Amino acid sequence: MIWYGIVISGILNFLTKFLSLTYFDTSKMNPFVKKILSYVPSAVFPAIIFPGIFLDSNGLIDFENNPKIYASIIAVIIGVLSRNILATIFSGLAAYWLIIFI
Amino acid sequence: MSKKINLFFKGIVDVLPLLIPVVPFGVIVGAIGIELGFTPLETYATSLIIFGGASQIVFLQLFSGGASSIITISSTFVVNSRHLLYGASLSEYLNKLTIGWKLLLSYLLTDQAYAVSNIYFEKNKNENLKHFYLLGSGFILWFVWQIFTIIGIFLGSIVPEELGLAYTIPLTFISLLVGYFRKFDHLIVIFTSGVLSIILYQAPLKSYIILSSFIALALAFILIKLKKENSI
Repeated sequence: MIWYGIVISGILNFLTKFLSLTYFDTSKMNPFVKKILSYVPSAVFPAIIFPGIFLDSNGLIDFENNPKIYASIIAVIIGVLSRNILATIFSGLAAYWLIIFI
Repeated sequence: MSKKINLFFKGIVDVLPLLIPVVPFGVIVGAIGIELGFTPLETYATSLIIFGGASQIVFLQLFSGGASSIITISSTFVVNSRHLLYGASLSEYLNKLTIGWKLLLSYLLTDQAYAVSNIYFEKNKNENLKHFYLLGSGFILWFVWQIFTIIGIFLGSIVPEELGLAYTIPLTFISLLVGYFRKFDHLIVIFTSGVLSIILYQAPLKSYIILSSFIALALAFILIKLKKENSI
């Protein structure tokens, strides 16, 4: 089952790139569609981020004493200030370890 | 001949700074695969076949969480759909290439390779061999990604669970949004999608990613419309 999933996802990912490279052309593309596509990361990634931070392993909301919330706030602040991917990941991880180990 | 090699290496050199975050991200994907209970071969196959960090994480996370195949595959597809823009945006430069070249370059096309190639292509529209630049930048990223997911696979079986490696998933995706945090309309979309994903988390078949994404995209659609009307 997993192998079908990997192969189908792989083919779809490839086709997304191949078909757009071969048949679409942004110079002829509707600017509105282009604009919408630029919002894809902002629309998709938070749906992975928020449950990873605010929910516990049972899928229940965990607001109290949740080290992931504090670490993520630090990561976001560093991210806004530095606009640096690495600095964001490492500041969040450092804050997280600091909170859970101390 | 030397011109081709030069362009190939120029692509490699230009994309190098963008590869720095790819290294830990690759390690994270490899390690997460193992931590979520996949075999090393299955985990590595996602890097070779799906070849897209964000998509691979979503795929592994949903599949191990018991989502149906259709939901897993379509959620992975949604995460990947931004590549539509990359292919479309490069097509005007590459439309004269043979089908073989297009197949190869499509496989190697990533966020980073796109970012540098698009800049180079715009400045060198008349360079006939410019696809070697994309080949170089795409290839080196592919190579680094394969190596570091394999390293991650080894680390994943060593790293203790107490380190909370699973937390690197949301953290990595936060880092991929740093470019949008200062844009107000993007912030609205980000918070809408995030809050919805919590509300919809118990929706059947782990459909929360795809549902939240589509509602947030619909909101983006409205925001763009409003902005347009105001600017006229």
